[in-house]
Amino acid sequence: MAAIELRGLTKVYPGGVKALDALDLDIPDGEFFALLGPSGCGKTTLLRTIAGLEIATGGAVVIGDRDVTGVQPGGRDVAMVFQDYALFPHMDVTENIAYPLRIKKVAKSARRAKAVEVGTRLGLEHLMDRRPGQLSGGQQQRVALARVMATQAQAFLFDEPLSNLDARLRLEARTFLKKLQRELGVTTVFVTHDQAEALAMADRMAVMESGHIRQIGTPAEVFQRPANTFVAGFIGSTPMNLLDGAVRGDTLDVAGCKVGVPSSAEGRLSDGEKIVYGVRPEYMSYSAEPAEGALGGKVAIVENLGASHLVTLDVNDVIVQAVVPEGSEPSLGDDGYAVPRRDRALVYRDGELV
Amino acid sequence: MTARFVAGRIGFYTLIAVLLAFFTIPLLWLATAPFTSDPTYEVGVPDFTWENFQAVAEHPYALPSLYNSLVLSVGTALLVVAMAALAAYALSRVRLPGRDALLYALLLLSSIITGTAAMVPLFQLAVELNLIDSHLGLILILTGGLLPAAIFMMKDFMDSTPKSYEESARVFGASPLQIVRHVVVPLVRPGLATIGVWAVANVWGNFLMPYLLLSDVEKQPAAVITYTLYTEGGQANLRMLSTFGLLYSVPVVLMYLFVSKKYGFRFHGGIKR
Ligand SMILES: Nc1ncnc2c1ncn2[C@@H]1O[C@H](COP(=O)(O)OP(=O)(O)OP(=O)(O)O)[C@@H](O)[C@H]1O
Ligand SMILES: [Mg+2]
Repeated sequence: MAAIELRGLTKVYPGGVKALDALDLDIPDGEFFALLGPSGCGKTTLLRTIAGLEIATGGAVVIGDRDVTGVQPGGRDVAMVFQDYALFPHMDVTENIAYPLRIKKVAKSARRAKAVEVGTRLGLEHLMDRRPGQLSGGQQQRVALARVMATQAQAFLFDEPLSNLDARLRLEARTFLKKLQRELGVTTVFVTHDQAEALAMADRMAVMESGHIRQIGTPAEVFQRPANTFVAGFIGSTPMNLLDGAVRGDTLDVAGCKVGVPSSAEGRLSDGEKIVYGVRPEYMSYSAEPAEGALGGKVAIVENLGASHLVTLDVNDVIVQAVVPEGSEPSLGDDGYAVPRRDRALVYRDGELV
Repeated sequence: MTARFVAGRIGFYTLIAVLLAFFTIPLLWLATAPFTSDPTYEVGVPDFTWENFQAVAEHPYALPSLYNSLVLSVGTALLVVAMAALAAYALSRVRLPGRDALLYALLLLSSIITGTAAMVPLFQLAVELNLIDSHLGLILILTGGLLPAAIFMMKDFMDSTPKSYEESARVFGASPLQIVRHVVVPLVRPGLATIGVWAVANVWGNFLMPYLLLSDVEKQPAAVITYTLYTEGGQANLRMLSTFGLLYSVPVVLMYLFVSKKYGFRFHGGIKR
């Protein structure tokens, strides 16, 4: 097991696309680290550069105190699960799992025994003679995991390993993967574009945007206190309300309403300055009656989220969303008032958290 | 059903029948003439004699020439498959400026190498290198002629295999040659079989090159020997020709059936699908 350290890592593709821009990152030993970001932000590139499949244009990759920047992928002692799993179609499950050991010149009987051991641990014992083409997506994913486990590498790199599974299986695989990583204790970098997946699984996570890391933190930190409006807009199953506003004395003027200054920003704002006010729909209390410090308007849309509803209010032509528990949802056209929780609301100045 | 439609159908099937006959009659002749005591150019009912086969067996060069054909075609095919696989893999995976132009230029030039235009220089080259009358020399020249087209076809197979298999093997520490052996070759095996069969069939039927470069009758392949099967009177010896022709065709047909069953490939003008 080993820590991963990236120093000013830069990757420019031929053609001039700067996929990674002087990126610094520290992943301590044994951590489950998620890389999150929109499509094209450089997640796969980062993972491939750590693995050595892409040659860094600048900067350094250090794995467990060893600078591996110029080392071939095979010499870095990492194992990778590709998005399409890349199971060898002409080998059966046993041979696939045993392949890394075959490269390491482990004797045939020993590597078969190891493959069966790892396969059994992942519930593949009755599938060991099948070819990948005869397996379901979830089974293929477990074979891919078994194969990296058999390597006993210093670090695991996963590129969207769950994205090929259907929604139901994904939830199961998520729990399974997290549990497995706990047990193995191997440093794991996990790429995903699904923010719920990152929040659910990671010990710590990084949110990337066009080759830069915009925030690093635990899922709770990133969810509760997004460091900038990009992260704020990206994280959360319902997007955060990000409303233009201005400071008016000791209150804020947001969407034509008067709301209190969030506790995190108290004493840090100057009168008259322009800000962006951020609050998650989950952190609003909704009522049909006018209330102090509320964003009030007409109910424009009501969306069913299952155990709750997402109510969209039209507040003086500004869209404000609030989550309302089941049973008290309003009907379209009603007047509605959403009071932000002061301890959860945030203020952004020039896109950065105050 | 109008009369016109019926007439159309009748016309269509008549055409098909004529076309079929056109292709079937020579084949029928090839199947019956060897078993007929005194074959003519007509397809007749054979009297099932083995005499013709005996005559071929007694001919001093007939059976050895089939062996020569085998050596030449299998040797060339092995060389072509091995070299085309490695070259196509490299060309498919390494970004070279002007790679496609190179491929097309090679393809264009290859039709010259074993074509009529290069006969004299090739002959001289073979003489200079002491490769006249040598199977090895002929194999090398035939390989040179087939290689560009083989690389071209092979690259198509290589391009269509996902890179992530190889990358995955690379991360596990496999060397480039291990990757080729463990991953690439098994994945493109149908392609290799296609190229192999294509090369064998090509060499098997090649007359010009062996005729040019092998003057020793004992070394000549079947394609060349066929042209020597005449009676003393200078007439085509139909007994020998038909029987030898049958023996000459059967191995290629068997090979095709075998490979096709094993790999399930189909020819589509050399482009796999
Ligand atoms: N081989 C390449 N050559 C040139 N540009 C590339 C190459 N691979 C990726 N890029 C570019 O680099 C940027 C980052 O790509 P990358 O694949 O790392 O994104 P990603 O975050 O993994 O996206 P996704 O979520 O869609 O997988 C993109 O702009 C992409 O177009
Ligand atoms: Mg990607």
